[in-house]
Amino acid sequence: MTRPLRIGSGAGFAGDRLDPALVLAERGELDFLGMECLGERTVALAQLRRRKDPSKGYDPMLERRVARLLPLLERYGITLVTNMGAANPTAAGHAVLAIARAQGIAVKVAVVTGDDVLAQIRPDAPIIEAQGTLADYGEPVSANAYLGTAALLPALATGARIVITGRVADPSLFLAPIAYRYGWSLDDFDRLAAGTCVGHLLECAGQLTGGYFADPGRKDVPNMAWLGFPYADVAEDGSAVIGKVDGTGGAISLANAREQLLYEVTDPHGYLTPDVVADFSSVRLREAGRDRVAVSGARGHGRPAQLKVSVGYHAGFVGEGEIGYAGANAVARATLAGDIIRDRLEGQFAEMRIDLIGSTSLHGRAFDSGACPYEVRLRVAARSPTQDGASLVGEEVEALYTNGPAGGGGARKYVHEQIGVVSTLIDRERVQSEVTTLEWAPHAETV
Amino acid sequence: MPKLYDLAHCRAGDKGDTSILSLIAYRGNDYPLLAERVSVERVREHLRGIVRGEITRYALPDLWALQFVCTHALGGGVTTSLALDSHGKSLSSALLEMEI
Repeated sequence: MTRPLRIGSGAGFAGDRLDPALVLAERGELDFLGMECLGERTVALAQLRRRKDPSKGYDPMLERRVARLLPLLERYGITLVTNMGAANPTAAGHAVLAIARAQGIAVKVAVVTGDDVLAQIRPDAPIIEAQGTLADYGEPVSANAYLGTAALLPALATGARIVITGRVADPSLFLAPIAYRYGWSLDDFDRLAAGTCVGHLLECAGQLTGGYFADPGRKDVPNMAWLGFPYADVAEDGSAVIGKVDGTGGAISLANAREQLLYEVTDPHGYLTPDVVADFSSVRLREAGRDRVAVSGARGHGRPAQLKVSVGYHAGFVGEGEIGYAGANAVARATLAGDIIRDRLEGQFAEMRIDLIGSTSLHGRAFDSGACPYEVRLRVAARSPTQDGASLVGEEVEALYTNGPAGGGGARKYVHEQIGVVSTLIDRERVQSEVTTLEWAPHAETV
Repeated sequence: MPKLYDLAHCRAGDKGDTSILSLIAYRGNDYPLLAERVSVERVREHLRGIVRGEITRYALPDLWALQFVCTHALGGGVTTSLALDSHGKSLSSALLEMEI
């Protein structure tokens, strides 16, 4: 019997820890490493960076991640599949070549493009999340279709050490290598659903090994400072066993696997990706040893006719200000501070929010016990079409130092540009993906 | 009065302005109680002021889980909300406060 394919998950979001991927590459006996680094909004922010500098617009941590990983990928024969290309996969490919050159390591990179459909979307396109069309929102800065396994297979077939993409459905980063290795048909929907289920479990990395799970005394997780990231051993029929490198922190449990299986799933009977409509309700999870969980039973029912497109748009600027109060009557003083801000800023912003951190900032007054915390922090946030307008929020909160209630301390102010994201659909045929290979070797270079 | 926290664990996920709350029994024996008591109506009442849209419940007995999909729950959506917790990551804890 041949050893099953092993695929690891080296990042769960753009800013994720670096070291767990290195541990996986060094000690995980991996065939493939997937790294999901592209949130809904990340690609729009990357597009803004690309406009300022056409050589940028890929993941800002790509160089740091690849510089550490490349020697390990080469030594252990691991293929990296990642969406760190963000808004500029081609530039990301060249950035990898520059690292290879500096390290003297021969490398072939396959770059997948075609997800950028900004030129193809029209203002009258209906949006998915609400009534209305794209025209109801701010100026679009990016529009990226979710590519799937079909776009990645030709990239894997080049034999590249690193496959770099822009927007790809997260589970497809994992399904594609599995389907490639086993030669699955793109019409074998049960297998595609099984691989999608594995990809979905892995894509958030640490969230499968105890991150976003731990609750001291109730759901204890050991050694979280050195959480191991997960891998899956996937058999030809799509069944898999989730595991992690022995000796790393964290834990893989049935309870945690159940949480992650259902994470962000809006319909457990019909989880949509470009590859398949997957039914997770029939999935079976079973303990298969210490830190091992077996997964099987996902079913597939065809594939969606259209692809989802994430559209990023300018949503103005958000200004925030905070200041803290402590001791007897802290909540009353913080409340007075908020009232003062409301009196001064009322009517100047279309949307403003005043919260007390430590009391009402997360869930309002829904579960407020009335108990007085020792310290509480006023937070004011408002949206403005201009940066100067947004700055006023923090300035007003800071001015409470000398004009507000007694004992206000630790004022902070922030302004950031806000990019909103809405989704629309596009016909599959209108999205043409493309694969380009880039190579560097000590004695030859082709582009 | 025991709380959901004593019987179940929960993870919150988000898609746009929709919050997805996965409520999972620690023990399979407790799942029928959850399925009976934690109705859409009770969750709507419990999360009033937070969830402003529809709530859909999926029962997943093999996973000991109830999935609540709550629309208009994230202050206009993760990317434009002014809320401190724009993803609604902490809403799992709010659901577990429910008395059962």
